[in-house]
This record gives sequence, structure tokens and C-alpha cells, in this order.
Amino acid sequence: MSRVCIVSGGITKFAKANLLTQEAMCKDALDYALNDLDGRLELRDIQTTICTYFSDHFNGQLLFDSLTQDYLAMCPRPSMRIKGGGATGGLGIRAGFMDVASGLSEVCLVYGFEKMSEVNTEKGNEFIALASDTDFDFPVGGYYSGYYANMAQRHMHEFGTTTEQMAKIAVKNYDNAFHNRWAQKHERWTIAGVLEAPIIATPLTRPMVCVMSDGAACLIVCTEEWAKRLRPDGDYVVIAGLGCGTDTMRLGDRPRGDVIPLPGDEPGKYDYIAGRWPGIASFRGGREAARQAYQQANITKPLEQIDFAEVHDAYASSELQTYEDMGFALYGQGGRFVEDGHPYVGGKLPVNPSGGLLACGHPVGATGLMQGVFALWQLQGSIARHCGDPVAGIDGSKIQVENAKRGLIHSHAGTGTYITVHILERA
Amino acid sequence: MTHVYNTNPLQVGRHYEIDSIHSYGEVSDFFLGLQKRKLLATRCPSCGRTWLPPRRDCGACGKPAQWFEAPLTGKVHSFSVLHFAAEAFMADVPFVLAYIELEGIDTLFLSRVTGCKPEDVYIDMAVRAKFRRLVDWTPNDVVFEPAPAETKAAAGG
Repeated sequence: MSRVCIVSGGITKFAKANLLTQEAMCKDALDYALNDLDGRLELRDIQTTICTYFSDHFNGQLLFDSLTQDYLAMCPRPSMRIKGGGATGGLGIRAGFMDVASGLSEVCLVYGFEKMSEVNTEKGNEFIALASDTDFDFPVGGYYSGYYANMAQRHMHEFGTTTEQMAKIAVKNYDNAFHNRWAQKHERWTIAGVLEAPIIATPLTRPMVCVMSDGAACLIVCTEEWAKRLRPDGDYVVIAGLGCGTDTMRLGDRPRGDVIPLPGDEPGKYDYIAGRWPGIASFRGGREAARQAYQQANITKPLEQIDFAEVHDAYASSELQTYEDMGFALYGQGGRFVEDGHPYVGGKLPVNPSGGLLACGHPVGATGLMQGVFALWQLQGSIARHCGDPVAGIDGSKIQVENAKRGLIHSHAGTGTYITVHILERA
Repeated sequence: MTHVYNTNPLQVGRHYEIDSIHSYGEVSDFFLGLQKRKLLATRCPSCGRTWLPPRRDCGACGKPAQWFEAPLTGKVHSFSVLHFAAEAFMADVPFVLAYIELEGIDTLFLSRVTGCKPEDVYIDMAVRAKFRRLVDWTPNDVVFEPAPAETKAAAGG
């Protein structure tokens, strides 16, 4: 089977409000991706499309995917809409891979968007909460910050994780975003500032929680034959591993059993939490997705073999939990991982050099694709060119991971109900 | 009358509201049970797993499950004091959203903890179910409140 590659990506600046229509936002992202190929890819070369957006409630238009397909001049070519909560973008990349790997398509456009600004934040939280069980969890006042706060509280109780460690993660991501012109937030935070900020849901404060955003993003996924034609210098990436995991809709229904080992894990490694995992402190779907992706990409020592990761930090606490699910740190050691400096740019495994969801924003259907775009640019070594803005004094080179050869992107829905992991490698 | 917020680009207000008839289907007995001051759970006779919220079919092995009464006392597995919420619940903040452990139940039950100051709630705190007299046919028909140790023993845990 021919390898499946990603050759180009585009993104709109994520913003509190983008007053263009969703279809025009998608066109802007597509134009960016096409322009970056210097005219070597034309619209007529795109054989299939995958459209990713999350919520019909936010967008107030059913079958928006037909509107965008039409607007992008892609009719009558094959297309599908993919949605899976926060993992919508990651699942879209998986669908694009399937299109190309199956031979149904040689060049597939995966594009996605979300416009969340047309309702206030409280209503937005309510729309998102409808992606939890509406018979049992939402009616008692459940919504996502409340669920994640419960997870964080339990992680602290079981492992001694601290709010300072979560605050460090938030500060890291906001600091990274200062060098990324696409980020929604350019805010300077200190650990004390994060901890003293207004509480959303104990122990999570305002800057530990991502915000509502408007934005679009896209990736061009294709065969290696096309990749070589579109990137004659070889600066494209290969999708070397794909994983997808799921878990129960209700967080409270998660089992308490034994850890799923990753490839290369020695027997007994997780005996210390036998019978307790995942509970509500960890994400079984994330671990399962990592296991599959690592197996395909022959990764047995993630900390040594992965050069950077873009993970779904909708909450500072969930980035910490994800360090553990991805095998960057042992379960319970996610807090130590950040204290030891590993996830910083220049550290052993930079996590969210872009600024992540906390600082870049989280226009749900575009978010997983945004991670793919940033990962492509990292692997091309083109972060400075794409993310910098000399006029605004933004030096993107500060978040370029030196000689990045292999990256991980992690897209995550619900309370961990759908999670994808993709391993991308420089060709 | 349509409210205009901006003219370049044109931004106008929209209203959307629906009423619907919702069925609780095969787990209706749970909601009917709250009115009788019972927490009705299900147990899988095949693999033994217990579910609250209940499931007609076991979520672990798929076999038909059977109804039984869950205990009304338990402890806080985790909790959060919510200072911000979905629009429908903004009037309630701050309130405590907690996962409750009940003996013999393998799942955790999401509920509110009332009857004490939010800052007095802690993990492993003993709690007991308190049922609303005026039911609204939602899981809000039960909440949990602190259970003094002696009350816990009397209730039979």
C-alpha cells in the first residue's frame, strides 16, 4: 500500500468572533493551503473531501457540509461529513486517510470549521453539554468544565497532583502562543495569576479552561506519488500511525480495572494502580488510541522517539492527564513531567508548542485539523515562516522544535468518549 | 421585531425555541422509583456488573440486566464547586456537582451535594440520598447530603 501523506495545510486566525460566513472561512483556509503549494495543486486535482464540524446547534444550519462543499466548488465530487465532538478534526484526518489508503481518492481535502460566537458563552456551554448524557448528566447541572473539574480533583486525590502543576501547563501554553500569530490569545500569565484567577469549577480557574472560538482549518491528504509532485523538495509528512479509542458516554460508568499497556511496556509496570484504572482520573480511549498508533509507527519509547506533540488541552488538567495516557509519563507522574521541564520548547518532548487549545482557541470542528497544520509546519521546519509576523513582532522561530522528525497529534471528545492519535513523520 | 446588532456585516437577532415529548424508554422505572424514594439500579446476572444509572442491557457483556434497589448512603468519590454553568443552571451557582460511590454499585452516580456549605464537601465524605417531594421527573429528584456516621449505620449502608 502506498503511504498516505499530508502536503499542505491552512488555517484562519482563531478569534472570539469571525464575522465571515462559515463557508468563506473554509475558503480562506483552503486558499492558504493552496497558496503554500505555489500553484502546483489546483481545485480540479482534489478528488474527494471530508468536512468536519461539530454542532448543528452552534451553526444553526443543517447540512452545512453541503453549503461548504458547494461554496468550495467541489460539487459533484464525493464528500462526507464527520463529527465526533472535540475529536471531530482528528476523526476527519482518519477519514481522509481512509479515502486515500483505500484508493478511493488520490487527493483528499479535509476541512473543518466551527462558529461559536453567535450565542453567549453560557448558551455555548449548554450546547456543548448536550454532548453529554441528556437524561442523567446534563439535567443535574452537568457541563464540561464541571466534569473535568471532577476528574482533576480525583487525580489530585489519588496522585497528589497540585493546582500549581496545572497552572504551569497553562502558563507554558500561553507563553508559546506569543510566538504564534494564529493564536486567539496573546496573554501573559504567571502561575500565581492563574491560581488567583476567578474559579470556573474548583480546582479549575478561568485561564485553565479554553474559550469559545470561530475558525476554520484544512489539510491536503494524498498519495505519496502526489506528495512528491506537490512537494518536489520532499517537505511533506507521512501518516505513520493512526489510533482511535472510545469510552462510555457517562464518565461515572468508566470501569476501574487494569491499565492497557503500550508497546514495549514491561509486565508489572502498572501494578501500583491495578484495579483502579482508568476510573475518572485517566482516559482509557486515549491510552487505547496511543497503543494502536505506537504499534503501527513502531514506537516503544515515546519520550525518546517522539519530538513534539500537539494535544487536546481543553483544560490544563486534561493536558496533564494526557501526558500519562500517551506514555510520556507514568500514571500519576503527569505533574512531575511538567515540573521536570519536559513539555517546554527545548525540553525532552515539547507539548503544544503552538499554544494548544488554551491559547489558540477551540473552534471544535477545526481544532483537530489545526493540530495537523501546526504539526506539518513543525516537521517541515517552516513554523517561523507560517506562525511568525515580523510586522507584529512575532518571532515564530521561538516555537520551532529543532530538527523535528516525528510528531504526535491527539484529538479528544467529550469526557474522553472519542480520542484519536496520529503519528506524523517527516518524509 | 428583529434586532439589528451591526450593519457591516449585517448581524441580526434570531429566536429559537421548542417543546418536545421525551421518552425515558426502558429506564423509566428509575425515574418512577425516585418518587417512591428508591434508587433503582440494574445488575447483570451473567457478569455481575451493577449499573446506576441503570441499563436494560449490561454495558460490559450485553446480557439482559435485572432491577434491584441500590443503597441510599455512600460517599463522595469526587466533586467540584461550580461557579459557572450552562445557561439553564446559571441561577444555581455556586453548587456542588459530585460523583457518588454507593456500596455494591460499580458505577459512580452524578448528583448534587446539598445541605452543607460547598467548601465543606470533601472526597470520601459520607452522604445519603435525599428525595424531593415535588418531583420534576429528572435525576434532580434525588440529591445527596452529608450523612452523620450514626445515621449511616441506621440506614443500613
